Amino acid sequence: MSPTGPAIAASELSKQYTLGVGRRGYDTLRETIARVGRRSVDRLSGQRTSREPRETLWALRELTFTIEQGEAVGLIGHNGAGKTTLLKILSRITEPTSGWADVTGRVGSLLEVGTGFHPELTGRENVFLNGAILGMRREEIRRRFDEIVAFAEIERFLDTPVKRYSSGMSVRLAFAVAAHLEPEILLVDEVLAVGDAAFQRKSLGKMNEVAREGRTVVFVSHNLAIIQALCRRGIVLEHGRVVADAPAREAIDRYLRTLEQAAAADLLQRTDRDPRSWHDTRIRAVDVTAPGGHSGVVIGGRPATIAVDLTEELPGMDCRLAIVDSLGQLVTTLDSELSSPADRRERELGPRIECELPAVAFVPGRYRIDVVVRAKQQIQDGLQAAAFFDVEPGVFDGRPMAASSGDGIVAAPHVWRLPE
Amino acid sequence: MSGYPETVRLQRTRGFGRTLSPSELWRYRDVAAQIAWRDVKVRYRQTVLGAAWAILQPVGTMVVFTIFFGHLAHVRGEGGSYALSALAALVPWTYFQNALMTGSDSLISNVALVSKIYFPRIFIPAGVAAAGLVDLVVGSALLLVVVGAYGRAPSVGVAMLPVFALISAATALGVSSAASALSVRYRDVRFVVPFAVQLWLFVSPVAYPDSIVPEPWRTVYALNPMVGVIEGYRWAALGTPAPWASIAISAGAALVLLVAGLVYFERAERNFADVL
Repeated sequence: MSPTGPAIAASELSKQYTLGVGRRGYDTLRETIARVGRRSVDRLSGQRTSREPRETLWALRELTFTIEQGEAVGLIGHNGAGKTTLLKILSRITEPTSGWADVTGRVGSLLEVGTGFHPELTGRENVFLNGAILGMRREEIRRRFDEIVAFAEIERFLDTPVKRYSSGMSVRLAFAVAAHLEPEILLVDEVLAVGDAAFQRKSLGKMNEVAREGRTVVFVSHNLAIIQALCRRGIVLEHGRVVADAPAREAIDRYLRTLEQAAAADLLQRTDRDPRSWHDTRIRAVDVTAPGGHSGVVIGGRPATIAVDLTEELPGMDCRLAIVDSLGQLVTTLDSELSSPADRRERELGPRIECELPAVAFVPGRYRIDVVVRAKQQIQDGLQAAAFFDVEPGVFDGRPMAASSGDGIVAAPHVWRLPE
Repeated sequence: MSGYPETVRLQRTRGFGRTLSPSELWRYRDVAAQIAWRDVKVRYRQTVLGAAWAILQPVGTMVVFTIFFGHLAHVRGEGGSYALSALAALVPWTYFQNALMTGSDSLISNVALVSKIYFPRIFIPAGVAAAGLVDLVVGSALLLVVVGAYGRAPSVGVAMLPVFALISAATALGVSSAASALSVRYRDVRFVVPFAVQLWLFVSPVAYPDSIVPEPWRTVYALNPMVGVIEGYRWAALGTPAPWASIAISAGAALVLLVAGLVYFERAERNFADVL
């Protein structure tokens, strides 16, 4: 295959969604007939009725870019910035509303691992089914079958129906099938976040190999470290537009800056909230402080408080804080639902949740906090990058902390025994 | 898919798109085969009775029909025996009914596929119609065995059975593809389809002989494609007179339904992923 022009060339690519009544895209036939009937009656009786205005949303707006053959490009952006919509258009699942994209070569898309697995079929049968759905020839699947099975580590369960697989097993198998596709263009959405750590490393290695083999890869992940490792170029999307198209490191920096700007602005104004939210209460502000210190700066080894201010107080609220480092890697999750005897519920606290850290155990650097607040068995509000904080070097457990993230990301209390 | 890569332009489809173009369908032929094969395997694996189900459904209905319509209501059978006449109709009818009902629901029940992966979506309802043919073959074989057991010989019409199967498959696919596309947009279509199937049963000569329809109306009657199919099955299995006129009219009607259904499906297809 000789390189002939770009793999993907998009010109003013736009996608508009119609937001249906009640957030559904579909209606019932009954409602539609009733509406049409009502409108024609009104028209006959001479009344002018305004059509119910339909809300629309531009998921993508006039994207123009080219991706050369063999390039590995990371798509970066908030939730709802249009990354997934773009991949859906490029993989032909949905059509653009206007504009066009020329795609040269066979496209394999991995928008969700395990799509198309049928629980009643065995692992073997599902490999063939899924392979075909993902665009592999039967011959090709047969040739690579052993490789796929070995990669997934499920040899012994090949003839077991997939419904008896553990979730880890089916995810491994699904990734293995997808990773052994041989398309000229591979579109990947957030799929490396599956399986256990060992399998994730293996998957990452495989993706790296794919990118190095000179295939075109378009990659979406929230893990910026993976983007940086896999891609040389990054495209940052914001509200459906390209706001940066640059070498990966630069694009990531640009994205991190927009994240920090968003965190510094009024959180109530933000629109990129968790789409599952019920919003009986909203996150008003998130603040990280050390006792007697500035907001946003804490010292390693010293106490710190993360405070989440809300608009409403609801009974039985819970909160989950995800601490994420500057490359988008999850450092730890603090979840009040996993309660400890030391946790307290206090009447006088008001619409506010506090999480106290007796000793900050993160190595010096910059971190962000993703917040999810739950109550009444529902997610009430969720914000990524709700706050940022810096950890200054300090003394952890009586010992000076490692100075940079090159020495890992967390500190652990420990004691040495050494020969004299 | 080897050779040098071709360039596909992705843009909004105006008028008729590529989705039903023969080259597009051929390119994804492996997917079609795998989906139909999946439907066959799952169908026989999920049920305790497995392949017996293909036989039990028409035979069970035949028994009930024979008791109530044949013996108690004294409905005449075609070709002498009510039971055989009913069975000859129930074999294709059961296939048609299952293909139509499952096919109409198929896009909704395959949401994950439709919203995550591209391939010609017509393969989903078409896979259902194709997979059901396995049942139809089993049922037809059973029918011929039973007829033989009654000491009757099938007529030359047996050679036409594949044509009848094709007519019912085309009808089922035409209606179910349109209904499945509609059900993406209007979720209450799934309640309308069973009702429509029930009505369809009574306007088809399943429980009664087709000869009760008087002559001037027979042409109109045969516009229901299942009329030609059922008369054809009775001709093949029971040696009733060859119903050439009905077969021709029904085949034409089936073709019209198929084309109309596919055209509607193709128009609706481009929005599936956005609505589901």
